[in-house]
Amino acid sequence: MGVRLLLREETLTARIVGEIDHHTARAVREEIDSAAQKVKPLRLCLDFTEVPFMDSSGVGLILGRYRLMQMWQGRVILCGLSPQVEKLVEISGLNRLVTMERRENDESHE
Amino acid sequence: MKAMNEMSVSFLSVSANESFARAVVAAFASQLDPTIDQLADLKTAVSEAVTNAIVHGYRETLGTVYITAKLYETGKIVVRVRDKGVGIPDVEKAMEPLFTTGGEERAGLGFAVMQSFCDKVAVRSALGKGTTVTLHKSLLRRGREHE
Repeated sequence: MGVRLLLREETLTARIVGEIDHHTARAVREEIDSAAQKVKPLRLCLDFTEVPFMDSSGVGLILGRYRLMQMWQGRVILCGLSPQVEKLVEISGLNRLVTMERRENDESHE
Repeated sequence: MKAMNEMSVSFLSVSANESFARAVVAAFASQLDPTIDQLADLKTAVSEAVTNAIVHGYRETLGTVYITAKLYETGKIVVRVRDKGVGIPDVEKAMEPLFTTGGEERAGLGFAVMQSFCDKVAVRSALGKGTTVTLHKSLLRRGREHE
């Protein structure tokens, strides 16, 4: 479990690696927040490409980061969503608050 | 209806066991040859139920979480997740989306997710005695229904 952070042109990208559940969410959250609070980026991109599983703890994680970014009018972008993660995001209604980008190779394979 | 296979597992209510719990149920359910999506749905629902038992049932205390799973020839799996924790005062309210007593970034979506990812979810709870969540899910592959 880990997070790789990359700052480029006002966008902080957090590439999350591993399963997101109640057990792992705290460390991910702390790592993202300490960077985001320092940089206050315009956009926070949460990259789920390397997240094979997530439950509603991941929804809490996204919602919390959305609230944090709101403090300086920043946006949250989700990318690399698997169908499972995308389904959860839609059930939660989060898709109305954040921008979603699907996994790039999903369509090209079909 | 008689189950064609059955398993039970119990473990300490520490959060590191959340991934163990969903993995063990998924491994057992694989006998029914489910699709990857069906298995992902089942894992998610089990993860929610087990997290509830750990976070809410046992709160700050340590207890044992009990899981039993039964497979049926119809392609159905029934998973029971039980704790002997504090119980839920108002089950109907607890099942409302966004209701949470969890704080700390709990989305309050546990039951909503279980209901969306399973065919049926039943909850029995008694204050001071504990809570049992029963998840029903058909893992029958489409197109095999008429065999």
